[in-house]
Amino acid sequence: MSAALIDLSYLVASVLFILGLKALSHPRTAVRGNLVSALGMLIAVVATLLDRQILGFGWILAGLVIGSGLGALLAARTPMTAMPQMVALLNGFGGGASVLVAGAALVEAVGIAERPVTLTLTVATGLSGLIGGVTLLGSLVAWAKLEERIPGNPVLFPGQHVLNAALALGTLALCAGVAVRPDLQVLYWGLVLVSSVLGVLLVIPIGGADMPVVISLLNSYSGMAACTTGFVLGNTMLIIAGALVGASGIILTQIMCKAMNRSLANVLFGGVGAVAGGKGPSADDVYAGRLKSTSPEEIAMILELARRVMIVPGYGLAVSQAQHSVRDLTRLLESRGVQVEFAIHPVAGRMPGHMNVLLAEADIPYEKLLTMEEANPVMEQVDVALVIGANDVVNPAARTDPGSPIAGMPILDVDKARTVVMVKRSLSPGFAGIPNPLFAADNCLMYFADGKKAMVDLIAAVREAA
Amino acid sequence: MEMLVLLVTIFVLAVFVGFEIIAKVPPTLHTPLMSGSNAISGITLVGALLSAGMQHSLLTAVLGFLAVVLATINVVGGYLVTHRMLGMFRRKS
Repeated sequence: MSAALIDLSYLVASVLFILGLKALSHPRTAVRGNLVSALGMLIAVVATLLDRQILGFGWILAGLVIGSGLGALLAARTPMTAMPQMVALLNGFGGGASVLVAGAALVEAVGIAERPVTLTLTVATGLSGLIGGVTLLGSLVAWAKLEERIPGNPVLFPGQHVLNAALALGTLALCAGVAVRPDLQVLYWGLVLVSSVLGVLLVIPIGGADMPVVISLLNSYSGMAACTTGFVLGNTMLIIAGALVGASGIILTQIMCKAMNRSLANVLFGGVGAVAGGKGPSADDVYAGRLKSTSPEEIAMILELARRVMIVPGYGLAVSQAQHSVRDLTRLLESRGVQVEFAIHPVAGRMPGHMNVLLAEADIPYEKLLTMEEANPVMEQVDVALVIGANDVVNPAARTDPGSPIAGMPILDVDKARTVVMVKRSLSPGFAGIPNPLFAADNCLMYFADGKKAMVDLIAAVREAA
Repeated sequence: MEMLVLLVTIFVLAVFVGFEIIAKVPPTLHTPLMSGSNAISGITLVGALLSAGMQHSLLTAVLGFLAVVLATINVVGGYLVTHRMLGMFRRKS
């Protein structure tokens, strides 16, 4: 196949990627969009395999078989609750692949006499090693935190910022080294090593609830890594596809930061959760014996009189795998003429859209899922707000207390509902480590239980009350 | 140099296209967007195939092979899991 034909195939593939992403703008067209995008990838791979530069297919076949097997296994086995880990892992593999491809390209470029070693090539190779290394190890740390292989809370130590700054300077110096002396292979692999350490150090200070930002950012990095590899190989399709993914990750990162009213720098370097708690009112002052604990029977009685119920899911719902029980409760209430909707905060869960996927898995129609902007204006008409495993995203201190660590963060105004039921395992504070004055409010009832067990007991009580 | 300018032009335009189309994706589909775009970033596979197949040296072949494995996991895993997820959104609309 001639070079021009291969390039044309790459153009077709790029167009299919764009059309595929465009179709993701609605659940109805999204499945087709994903297939269109996959078709683009297939065309790109087949066109590449027809390239005359390829002399043997042994290594390729082995790699494709092993990779497809592992990929299919991962995709089929991973439960929906573990999607954040899966995406983190895939981000990391993308970064790792870029590191290896750029490394191999550098060896080839230096070794093949007739191919010019341009500055573009060497600089892009350095950047691929840098971004790819940070993405690979950063993603593996994020994966380990989400899988709870290592503690999910922020890990901070003295001199962290100084060390990070030193490592960042080191990577830039090594990048320059690769650009000037591409024949010294050790510089490139040294760069990858230092970047990997930097990736670890950048992600360990970030706590669980900030994971949506980190995963979005790593998603963007994996695209950027593909992009720089495109510059190494002079391949326009890699650049286009990488730029699309990079843009997507940046948009999601921005949305997540805005939903927490924090800057990206604050999320990356702030270490919230580890330092908060010193200032502000203590939990005892806020609650001061004003908490009202409730039972499934009492909630069932309140629900019997309710006409509109708003369910607010949080990470606790994912942890206790309560999505199917929530669906059962929803259907039971709807069969009695109650209007049930879901209010979803942008940073609920551990990645963008995490709650939506879990509720979709449980067959809850997406029309019932309201965004924060849709839910808040109707909150005053809600009879019962049922908050399951969420805390900081419904904390009114964000609105009322300018000194609070979460001051200014947009929240779901569940306190404006007639009655609020908080389903929580214990009184432990949320991720931000601050007490929630909502718990002590007159219209708030505390239902201390694991999310799933709480739903099962509540369903039984509602059935009995009828 | 001309080549670099051309590549940068393509890059900048692609970023703008990316911002335009992805800003329209609703929050409900943000997780499939991430896994789906992840599969697209597995496009590095194209470069990996060339390295693994050109057989310039054993070193580049092995590097290429490992890159093919990682990128294929990314591509196959990404598209399949996105398909699985999106099926859940579709079935009751």
